[in-house]
Amino acid sequence: MLLAFDTSSAAVTVALADAVSGEVLASSSTVDALRHGELLAPAIAAALAEAGCTPRELTKIAVGVGPGPFTGLRVGLVTARTMADVLGIEVVGVCSLDILALQSPVEQPVAVATDARRKEIYWALYDSPAEDGSRRRIEGPAVDRPADVAHVLAGLPITGRGVTLYAEALGRGPSAEVIEYPSAEVLASGVATGALPTVLPDPLYLRRPDVTVSGGPKSVLPT
Amino acid sequence: MTENEPLILGIETSCDETGVGIVRGQTLLADAIASSVEEHARFGGVVPEVASRAHLEAMVPTIRRACETAGIKPTDVDAVAVTSGPGLAGALLVGVAAAKGLALSLDKPLYGVNHLAAHVAVDTLEHGDLPKGCVAMLVSGGHSSLLAVEDITDGVLPMGSTIDDAAGEAFDKVARVLGLPFPGGPYIDKAARDGGDRLYVKFPRGLTSQRDLERHRFDFSFSGLKTAVARWVEAKRRDGEDVPVNHVAAAFQEAVCDVLTRKAIDACKDRGYEHLLIGGGVAANSRLRTMAEERCAEAGIAVRVPRPGLCTDNGAMIAALGSELVRAGKAPSPLDLPADSSMPITTVLN
Ligand SMILES: [Zn+2]
Repeated sequence: MLLAFDTSSAAVTVALADAVSGEVLASSSTVDALRHGELLAPAIAAALAEAGCTPRELTKIAVGVGPGPFTGLRVGLVTARTMADVLGIEVVGVCSLDILALQSPVEQPVAVATDARRKEIYWALYDSPAEDGSRRRIEGPAVDRPADVAHVLAGLPITGRGVTLYAEALGRGPSAEVIEYPSAEVLASGVATGALPTVLPDPLYLRRPDVTVSGGPKSVLPT
Repeated sequence: MTENEPLILGIETSCDETGVGIVRGQTLLADAIASSVEEHARFGGVVPEVASRAHLEAMVPTIRRACETAGIKPTDVDAVAVTSGPGLAGALLVGVAAAKGLALSLDKPLYGVNHLAAHVAVDTLEHGDLPKGCVAMLVSGGHSSLLAVEDITDGVLPMGSTIDDAAGEAFDKVARVLGLPFPGGPYIDKAARDGGDRLYVKFPRGLTSQRDLERHRFDFSFSGLKTAVARWVEAKRRDGEDVPVNHVAAAFQEAVCDVLTRKAIDACKDRGYEHLLIGGGVAANSRLRTMAEERCAEAGIAVRVPRPGLCTDNGAMIAALGSELVRAGKAPSPLDLPADSSMPITTVLN
């Protein structure tokens, strides 16, 4: 049994699938950018319960490694690593932009652009789909201001939340039909069938940490 | 220790230490720690994003190390405890998510506990059951509080806290003024012990005047002290004189410990408690320990200070509090347990 989840976007998406066929047995997605830490574990528990499956029956975990906002991203990665280690099973990572590319229904090359906050996007470019539906990443992932990479993405259909947020800067009209967030169903089936390339379950930060020193947690007592 | 006492694994990630502790009942079996303090040292303070990244990398290796040391398999664990707050939000979140991953995988209860209460509970690992009624003084880089504790599993009553810098923060800042490394506490302690004269300068004791005591009887203030030390050192340097680092360190430390012990003993008297428990990183300070013991002995108060390794942030303290909560039959936390960066001290279990 394959457990898949991604927390690299504003969505917390979880799926449980047959590890060989990729057939999805249970899944859920919730969009709430600020509550990844609260939503992920209950969503995993619910998927297991829905499929009538215990954690011991898991054979593999697949997790989106970003790029994405760091705090939420780490929730997925530490959950995947800890669960896999304690269950003694394999854990693989998948670039979250690759998941979105695989979700795109168009037959031509595509660009993926997601919300990197601070007025930037995470982006990557992909080939047309191969026979098995997989797409080769030909550029990225990278992080840039939309206007700075608009010419690189020009002429390609764009998928991901980035095009909703920065349609104008990317030279697009508003479009109602954008797939905004990665889907764990696609992550699960893509890993099971081999349509998604896997990497180590390490975060793709693409940015150095901001050096803002904290004085540490202040006392929370009333003064 | 008996085999039927529950085995508790505790995870701590509220600041820059990734701690995983394992206890059975009140017996400590393992206390594994990975610290990112060196990565922060050059910034002179903890960088939250650096700490969070380090927690993610250290989590699985630290859990493994703790299990190895304790000679247990993760599947032997009866309950998982984790710091739910207070602390750095992003750092807490890594520990909370890891604890949920463990609890979920093992199908065991999860306890999201208060970091400050855990600083109190850790003493059970060294000195057994907590006294029925004691004052706990928690002093570290992040907190300086006086708490009244009847039963740690029911919550604690805040009596006072710092109104500006935490005690440990004052140590860090004064260390910087004196050209000593970060974190300042151990270096100031050492410099003072190396022949420092505690009476060399009389630095101010914050919030001890009669007027201040009316409003801030159990509160602390270390900001004025820090400034006074900095001014004194600056004046020396301006006059082209050498700064007697050992003496200044000793005199500064004396001022901090004087205020801390005086107010702690006053708090014990106010509550009618005969026990003072000291926790947090600054509790490792040798002068604070000696002074507390001397002054408490005079006042007929017994002092309990865990050994230095248990005073600083660690996973054992979280496991220890988890163990007390399990023993008291408290209901575990839900799987949607939040990382609560400003968790109030009155809440022991989220
Ligand atoms: Zn602490």
